[in-house]
This record gives sequence, C-alpha cells and structure tokens, in this order.
Amino acid sequence: MDKFNKKDYKKYSDKKVPNPPYLKNMLIAFLVGGIFCTLGQIITNILKSNGLDNEMAAAGTSISMVLIGALLTGLGLYDKIGKVGGAGAAVPITGFANSIVAPAMEYKREGFIFGVAAKMFTVAGPVLVYGIGGSVIVGLITLLLR
Amino acid sequence: MEYIKAFVVGGIICLIGQVILDNTKFTPAHLLLTFLLSGVILGALGLYQPIVDFAGAGASIPISGFGNSLAKGAIKGANEKGIIGAFTGGIEATGAGVAAIILFGYIMAVIFNPKTKD
Repeated sequence: MDKFNKKDYKKYSDKKVPNPPYLKNMLIAFLVGGIFCTLGQIITNILKSNGLDNEMAAAGTSISMVLIGALLTGLGLYDKIGKVGGAGAAVPITGFANSIVAPAMEYKREGFIFGVAAKMFTVAGPVLVYGIGGSVIVGLITLLLR
Repeated sequence: MEYIKAFVVGGIICLIGQVILDNTKFTPAHLLLTFLLSGVILGALGLYQPIVDFAGAGASIPISGFGNSLAKGAIKGANEKGIIGAFTGGIEATGAGVAAIILFGYIMAVIFNPKTKD
C-alpha cells in the first residue's frame, strides 16, 4: 500500500467500489415514490369528498402522511422501505417524518430534552432553516419587485 | 386518471432523486434539502404550481411540494399584508404539516424504540 500516492489510491478504489445497479434503483425509486404519492392522492380525495376545500384537504393530507411516515418509522418498517426504495422513500414528506423520528428514537437514552427533542431536528433543523428562511427571502423579493 | 398522474409524476420526481443519490456522495438528508430548495425556487418562479395543478399529490407529497407551499405562501403573504406577510406567509401555508411533524414525531420517538440491527 505504501506505493500508492493519494491519486493512485483514489483511482484504484474507484475501480474496486462496485457501481450501484442504476436502472434497478431508478425503477424501484419510481415505484415506491409513486405509491406514496398515490396514497397521498387517495387521502386528498377522501378529505375532499367529506366537504373539505382544496386548502384544507392539502393540509389534512400533509398531517395524515406525516403521521403515516412517523408511525412506520416507529414500527421499524420505514427503514426497510428506505433500504429498498432509496430516494422513493426519502423524497416524499413521509421521508421527512422518518428523518425526524429515526434519530430522536436512537438518542432517547440521552433524555427527553437533549436526546429526543433536540435530535428530532438533526435533519429537520436544516430543512426548516433553509425552507422557512428561503420563504422569507422570497417574500421580501416579492415586495421589492412590486 | 388522477391516481395515474399522481403515481407517474411522483415517481418521476423520486427517480430524479435516485439518479442524484447514485451519482453523487449525497446522503438522503442532502437530497431532502436539495429538493426542498428546488421547490422553493421553482415555486417562487411560479414553475412548480402548474405541476401541482396537473399531478396533485404527485407533486405536493414530495418535499419539493413543501418548498413550493413555503414560497407560494410567502408571496401571497407579501402581496396581502406587506412586510409582515413576507415573514408569516410561508409558515402559515405549511403550518399544518410542520405542527404535525413535531407532535407526531415526538410521540412516535417516545413510544417506540429502535429495532436492533441484524
């Protein structure tokens, strides 16, 4: 191994690391993501048929999908879906719920404040910082352009 | 038809995510942020809402739909209530999801324990 300098080693290791099965991964991500979105559409339609307007149905769908994602994570099932589904499990809002519950559960032994409550935001924190921060900037730009 | 549109468009968005995952060193957390910010930017430019109008949950369930709602809410707030609305609009539009994620996330994390990896 001494013979390798860094560049050679990188070339060597890149050759040895197997390529992921691109096509299969893409197909499964498509299917899993599609299923989550279809589930969301089913919930939306049920809420609408119960008399909710578009905005309320969208809010109710978010709440329901988040509950489903959090529950599946608690039951240990979302991990399995994620291992197979890749981005199909990560990108839907259920994956966002998963990113909150998984670390919070993992760090429970550190207590309910610095364990559960703090670790909930390991991934959600950045999402909220950039999402909400970005939205305020969008709002301010809207005002400037008026 | 609605369901097919939701399935296909939602699937395509996730497929794009998978291509990014497989070709970069991104973790799923990076992916969430990338899609969220893409949603905010596309939403601000008014390019994401047409996809939501076409595909319904297929575009609103991916996290990019959350970004779109944030941007759309901020624009609406700014137009209706000026500078205060620019601050409140995004959170107002996404409040239901954020509140639910905090409450349900906490409850599930307290009730359940991580499964031992085998």
